[in-house]
Amino acid sequence: MRHHKPPHVPATRVWLDGEALQVPEGSGLAAILLRHRPAGWSRSVDGGLRAPLCGMGICFECRVTVDGKPRLACMTPCRDGMTVQTDLGSSVGDTP
Amino acid sequence: MSAPSQPAPERWSVVVVGAGPAGLAATCEASEAGHSTLLLDANVAPGGQIWRPHRGQPAAHARPWLARLQASGAELRCGARVVDVPSPNELRVQQSSGLQSNGVQSVHFENLILATGASERFLPFPGWTLPGVFGAGGLQALVKGGLPVEGKRVLVAGSGPLLVAVADALRQRGADVVGLAEQASTGQLLGLAHALLRQPRKLVQLMDLRRRLLGVPWRNSTWPVRAHGIDRLEAVKLRSSGGRSHTLAVDMLACGFGLVPETRLAQLLGCRVSSGKVAVDESQRTSRPNVFCAGESTGIGGVDLALTEGRIAGLAAVGHVDAVVRLQTARSSHRAFADALDHAFRLRPELCDLPDGATVVCRCEDVTWAALQHAEDARDAKLHSRCGMGSCQGRVCGPAVETLRGWPLPVPRPPLFPIPARFWRPSTETSASPCPSREPQTSN
Repeated sequence: MRHHKPPHVPATRVWLDGEALQVPEGSGLAAILLRHRPAGWSRSVDGGLRAPLCGMGICFECRVTVDGKPRLACMTPCRDGMTVQTDLGSSVGDTP
Repeated sequence: MSAPSQPAPERWSVVVVGAGPAGLAATCEASEAGHSTLLLDANVAPGGQIWRPHRGQPAAHARPWLARLQASGAELRCGARVVDVPSPNELRVQQSSGLQSNGVQSVHFENLILATGASERFLPFPGWTLPGVFGAGGLQALVKGGLPVEGKRVLVAGSGPLLVAVADALRQRGADVVGLAEQASTGQLLGLAHALLRQPRKLVQLMDLRRRLLGVPWRNSTWPVRAHGIDRLEAVKLRSSGGRSHTLAVDMLACGFGLVPETRLAQLLGCRVSSGKVAVDESQRTSRPNVFCAGESTGIGGVDLALTEGRIAGLAAVGHVDAVVRLQTARSSHRAFADALDHAFRLRPELCDLPDGATVVCRCEDVTWAALQHAEDARDAKLHSRCGMGSCQGRVCGPAVETLRGWPLPVPRPPLFPIPARFWRPSTETSASPCPSREPQTSN
């Protein structure tokens, strides 16, 4: 049983579809999205939800909008204050 | 309307594309020889796939090379994707990560070293588009990005030595690796024994891995036939040769069927590509005299070969012939092992029967296997069904239909990645009708 205080891990705040999240520093955006949207977040042509496949920026299944620009979550590190919108969230233009 | 002023064109003695092991080694050698060297990588940090940083921290094996890179004086530019080759010694580079560009600039080179690596071969089977189905390297990459797997039931499947590395890495992060399913037969894999005896270091590595994976049920001649779940993965059905199948409840599936060299930029440059690999000589020179290629893009061969080839390419590009000769023994030795691995993990014909009519083959455009039945080749499929016309530009479905139908991967056309239309400047050789060249905007 540990009694010592755990070391302070600096946190980063990210807005996901309008919701504020604290994420561990150095996290990649796809990893965070998978924790909070395990059933996927990008819509396929036929309307189904997709989640990442390749993890390396070629399959485009992790696509999101970050600070108003289209990005691949697996190629995007989390930065403090970034706003992320997925196909599940409010439409682009709504404030967090 | 006055065009915004353009910065002076960038000219480098050596440009290296790809900052994985091969690219890092090439850059160090070229820059240390006194040549102005630029290293480009699409990711936010160097290391490529095998040396991908973990939550921002460089991989242990990358550190000495990164230190050497810094000391060498070479310039490292991350978030940089090559999208076009408008003239023989010029690259168009999109500067940012992801889809949206912050601008596309020209970079001119005297010598070019391609170290574009490889991607996984994904083969479609019913349910493979469910959230929770990842590539093998894919899941590993996401874990390095901070995805927690502690306590998660994960099945590793597909083919290749990568599966073993992934299973080990997942276990170290607390995942419950419920199985490793390799499609190759035990007989095929035993064929490696001869090659391993010649490379004692690799034999020791393998035995160490095997020991760490005791407790993980490992089956050969076994492959996934269906992923079950409603809105996410819940279970995977596996089949073994001999007809037996069993189903495992899982949270995640890490599944990839070997690696595919990334050859698109080489093809755009006019380099000869043979059997899906960029063709090179012993100096890593391609069919274009001032273009070299090193690492997985010349053929899948692992990190030791990539480092050796990278060094050779860097040295050859700056004319250090003696040093190139001294590295040939290492190169031959690593290549022989790579060839043995390739042969051992060759894919079985049963994998071509995995998709049913409703299985999506082209994920970007939701094109099913049924829709591809009457197509004669990749171009035919594209024209009739949009297969390969989506954002991934055939990077996922291309290798799949290559295995399923034997169609060669289509010749790429620029841009190599989707870019905003306002940054697209068709080169005068390829544009159908001349249009006034529009200067790229300098604001987002």
